[in-house]
Amino acid sequence: MIWSWHNILSLSRTDSILAALLRLCALLSAAIVILILLFLISESWPVLQHVPLSRFISDASWHPAQGLYNIAPMLGATLLSSLGAVLLATPLGIASALFCHYYAPTALAIWHRRTIALLAGIPSVVYGFWGLTTLAPLIGRLHPPGVSLLTGIVVLTMMILPTVALTVDAALAGVPAAYLRGAAALGLTRWSMINGVVLPAARSGIASGIMLAAVRAIGETMAILMVAGNVVQYPDSLFASVRTLTANIALEMAYAMGDHRAALFVTGLALLAMVLLLVGFAEFFKQDAAHV
Amino acid sequence: MSKDFLATVMIWLTALLISGFFLYLLTDMLIHGLDRLSWAYLLDAPLDAGRSGGIAPIVTATAILVLIAIIVAAPLGLATAVLLTEFTRQKSHFGRFVERSLDVLASVPSIIFGLFGNAFFCLFLGLGFSLLSGGLTLACMALPILIRSAVEGLRSAPDEYRLAAAALGMTRGAALLHLLLPTAAPALAAGLMLGIGRAGAETAALIFTSGYVDRMPESWFDSGRALSVHIYDLAMNVPGGDASAHAAALVLVLLLFTINSIAMGLTRRWQRGRIHSL
Repeated sequence: MIWSWHNILSLSRTDSILAALLRLCALLSAAIVILILLFLISESWPVLQHVPLSRFISDASWHPAQGLYNIAPMLGATLLSSLGAVLLATPLGIASALFCHYYAPTALAIWHRRTIALLAGIPSVVYGFWGLTTLAPLIGRLHPPGVSLLTGIVVLTMMILPTVALTVDAALAGVPAAYLRGAAALGLTRWSMINGVVLPAARSGIASGIMLAAVRAIGETMAILMVAGNVVQYPDSLFASVRTLTANIALEMAYAMGDHRAALFVTGLALLAMVLLLVGFAEFFKQDAAHV
Repeated sequence: MSKDFLATVMIWLTALLISGFFLYLLTDMLIHGLDRLSWAYLLDAPLDAGRSGGIAPIVTATAILVLIAIIVAAPLGLATAVLLTEFTRQKSHFGRFVERSLDVLASVPSIIFGLFGNAFFCLFLGLGFSLLSGGLTLACMALPILIRSAVEGLRSAPDEYRLAAAALGMTRGAALLHLLLPTAAPALAAGLMLGIGRAGAETAALIFTSGYVDRMPESWFDSGRALSVHIYDLAMNVPGGDASAHAAALVLVLLLFTINSIAMGLTRRWQRGRIHSL
């Protein structure tokens, strides 16, 4: 009965060992994100135990040394700067992707895509440094001090622009050619075709791209830390200095101890919660796209 | 003026704006960076908090950090990718769980990796502020990129290869080693380059894990300063450090451009190869 133990449908012994090993590795990879969550919670536990969550938005100010933990101004700065960057980067990114697909000659489109990909590879600290040495003085001439919410928004926009452009590019590539031929057969102009056929068909992909860009904007640390001025306050204008949640962690982790350190981990948890929410939305839109 | 014409003008203008900005950024960095850049700058140790001298220990520390990250993340990522493509069905619960958690990991902000690395590697595992802590933190960050590109490479290997291997009675391990991995090799290499690029560009995750010390590292338990951290420190904490920071930024960007171009080239070659084989 030789064939009964040489069955290709079940794994050979070496293969079962290999499969078990691989499974272990995959489990380890998947466990990292759970480990991150666990350690964030356990490190923030000391302060969560005796400070109710509501105090993180109702305390008088952010003075952790005196036991005051109001993160609301920084939360506001994070949301405002990200919102501004997303509002600016979305039309630019969509226009850039449309340019590659429907306007540029092939050779130019290839070069434009390469430029975008290289822009995506520039590290955030370099964008921050450039913003600090070139952009901030320019904006400072308009209205001092220069390091401000506006500078932060502009630098963030440049950083998330490639994300929007590349994901929208992929979404446009997924629009069925039959739709385009149909539009051409109806004698639509190029813009009517884009506005009436292409953009609605790629809607879900575009939405999920915008969500991912927002995730990057909210989580960005170095660039915004270097150009936004880092004053803990509600901004009263675009030219006011602000400090975001991420910048706060980067600035204070170096010397934070005890409850202060734990409070920084709480802000980390808040940040992660926002990001997970947005990723959830992006996932939802992506699945929506799969049904089109 | 028709809407169509207006849209055409706006879209061309946007494209021009983006390319123009890219060129401006690049020339700005070249003009400021080339002032200080020289062989001596690359080969000397920093003096006077980095205002003068060079960046040799910093480049070394960066290389060690990236090397640790890749040595840890590449085998783990390859194994996970092989499991996802060759040993589980796409709809299985375990495979979906792994893919979903990697998607989440890919979107975790880098400062959170910094917090985690500080709490887990530096304190919990007792590695302290060291290149090892920093490298392991970077490994966690690069892992999703490595896995994603390896999965793509393996999924695009034609199914005939798997069927033929099974018909010849090859074990799956042998099929992998002799057929599937060589087929996916360019995609694996491209993923590796992207991972190196991600790790080399990172700053926020390193400040609280590998630290600030700008001496030449003697072992991987030493603290070391990455190139990106060096730029940050010179720009924010060292008055008069801008000239050095410009040169360091130029070095970092040129390194990353090279790595990313290699990755893009490999991806292009791999895609062309796929079209020929079909």
